[in-house]
Amino acid sequence: MAIIEVEGLWKIFGGNPERARTLAKEGKSKAEVKAETDSVIAVNDANFGVREQEIFVVMGLSGSGKSTLLRCVNRLIEPTFGAVKVHGEEVTAFDEDRLRELRRTKMSMVFQNFGLFPHRTVMGNVEYGLEVAGMDRGQRREKAQQSLELVGLDGYGDSQTSELSGGMQQRVGLARALVNDPEILLMDEAFSALDPLIRADMQNELLELQEQWDPACTILFITHDLDEALKMGDRIAIMKDGGIAQIGTPTEILTEPADEYVRSFVENVDRTKIVPARTVMRDLRDDETVPADGPSVSPHTPIAELLPTLLDADGPLAVRDSDGPLRGVVSQEAVMKEVVENADGARRREARAGRTEEEPETAVA
Amino acid sequence: MRLDLGDAFAALIEWLENNFEPLLDAITIAIGATIEGLEQALLFLPSWVMILLFTLLAWWVASRGVAAFSLIGFTLLENVEFTLFGLDVAFGMGLWELTMQTLALIVTSTLLSLLIGIPIGIWAAKNDVVDTVTRPILDFMQTMPAFVYLIPAVVLFSLGEVPGVIATFIFATPPCVRLTNLGIRQVSEEAVEAAQSFGSTPRQLLFKVELPMALPTILAGINQTVLLALSMVVIAALIGAGGLGEPVVEGIQQLRIGIGFEGGLAIVILAIFLDRVTQAIGEKAGTTTQAATG
Ligand SMILES: Nc1ncnc2c1ncn2[C@@H]1O[C@H](COP(=O)(O)OP(=O)(O)OP(=O)(O)O)[C@@H](O)[C@H]1O
Ligand SMILES: [Mg+2]
Repeated sequence: MAIIEVEGLWKIFGGNPERARTLAKEGKSKAEVKAETDSVIAVNDANFGVREQEIFVVMGLSGSGKSTLLRCVNRLIEPTFGAVKVHGEEVTAFDEDRLRELRRTKMSMVFQNFGLFPHRTVMGNVEYGLEVAGMDRGQRREKAQQSLELVGLDGYGDSQTSELSGGMQQRVGLARALVNDPEILLMDEAFSALDPLIRADMQNELLELQEQWDPACTILFITHDLDEALKMGDRIAIMKDGGIAQIGTPTEILTEPADEYVRSFVENVDRTKIVPARTVMRDLRDDETVPADGPSVSPHTPIAELLPTLLDADGPLAVRDSDGPLRGVVSQEAVMKEVVENADGARRREARAGRTEEEPETAVA
Repeated sequence: MRLDLGDAFAALIEWLENNFEPLLDAITIAIGATIEGLEQALLFLPSWVMILLFTLLAWWVASRGVAAFSLIGFTLLENVEFTLFGLDVAFGMGLWELTMQTLALIVTSTLLSLLIGIPIGIWAAKNDVVDTVTRPILDFMQTMPAFVYLIPAVVLFSLGEVPGVIATFIFATPPCVRLTNLGIRQVSEEAVEAAQSFGSTPRQLLFKVELPMALPTILAGINQTVLLALSMVVIAALIGAGGLGEPVVEGIQQLRIGIGFEGGLAIVILAIFLDRVTQAIGEKAGTTTQAATG
């Protein structure tokens, strides 16, 4: 069942929102509507549900309305039309008190540039949410300490945030968001400001955290980076000009792009570097076994990375969570199929590129 | 028909005088009591103890240099007499009491500026209409020649220290409002959103995030307010506010260069002390809030 439901959501800045919506429904583009009504359509009729405990990624280019959409969910921005529901309750109809209650207990947020409070220590930042909710000092210190340990910042409680590196600052941001055990985590390009290596670390850690967590957080994750979307997302929504162009699993997005726009996004992806083991994984058949101490990979390992291990294994390769339990197996056939499909895609792209190169010559001749 | 702005303003003041007498009296009593109390407090301890206290304060918040300056400067304001190897030495300007009077007046008017200026600054930061309305008023308050404030101040509060405080307050409050407004508007959007997304009430947002993050800017405004207040000292002396403006006014009226110079020098010493100390407080607050926008 969907924990977050977004229904017919619009955010229109300025001008005449009613008219802007009517024009947009008639098929006018964002730019045309802006020219006619002076309204900016940031979110254009978004509809989707986020399932409990999934990582739902919203991906799109700069200005496509991702941040606005995310902020409509916790109402940092008031939607112009439409509804957001959490557990079936209409958040868009909440009064101030209920909204605060929701933000204090169920939902928290991580920001692109961290949004830390520089006048507070790391501990002061992490305990902020509990402090405003009125928890007493001893109790909130204890919870904040646990949260810091969780993100690997044990011992940094008394540091000033400005003393920390970007990656560590975002860990503080994450600890601050996790401190009240939220059900829903909203992340607005949370890793975009980090160096590539640190970013990959944080991605892996978040995935691991989310697995260990019981019950797991539901994460609404915003990014403009397709690789990140494919790596993190259980499902991905692709946004274009405020509207949602496609929603699907990473594999669906890659193999069945809904339109030219999505296709142009995904066609240059080397899928084997991104498609994780879990997407080609199947359950262990009754007639098969995998040795308990044999080689294994994590569900998030991209296919290209598991090839050497798979070659060494006799039969299917075990896919295990970091703490041990078997999630499934990956067979050589499944991986071969994936690799071949990717190569096919690459050949098609080359063929097309070749044609476009030849065209000018024929034109001259 | 001729619309006379001057007459209109005079009529307004007269109307205030006639209709708000109890309020004006209350203000007079409150300000009078504050300044009186401060003056007595500052003059309660022997001057050498106070000089030591000022020096320690300068050392603590600012630097050793400012402390040394305070020690020498404040000593020069007092009368020093001692006997060295049978030789009677005496120096100093003997302006201690007037200096403390001035300090009391400045502290009182600055407190009044903060009490009224900071809330207005906060309001202007939160509300664009208030911002638009207050801007020209602040410009007006600051550019109007300060002497002009003396007339309504005297009409409403007669002579003495209270109208001096009122005129000083009007002249010195604008930076406090302006920089409070600016400081709060400069707080990073993400920090505000973060505070809201964790369920802060508007009051928690203001007191736990916005004001602390705006503090260095607000303190810079307070520093300016203090210095503007000090620049009103001579003008306020014209309506009997006393303090260090008195010897200056006397010097002008009687063409006594020495007295006027000493009064002026004393004001400069006090100004440098107040500037360095308030500035250092601002910088201290700033180091913890430096990455405010980062
Ligand atoms: N307060 C506002 N007033 C007017 N227009 C706005 C406002 N906020 C956002 N917009 C517009 O809404 C559109 C969507 O903005 P949004 O910030 O949600 O995009 P985004 O996908 O998050 O982009 P980015 O990757 O740059 O963060 C943009 O065209 C933007 O100019
Ligand atoms: Mg954004």
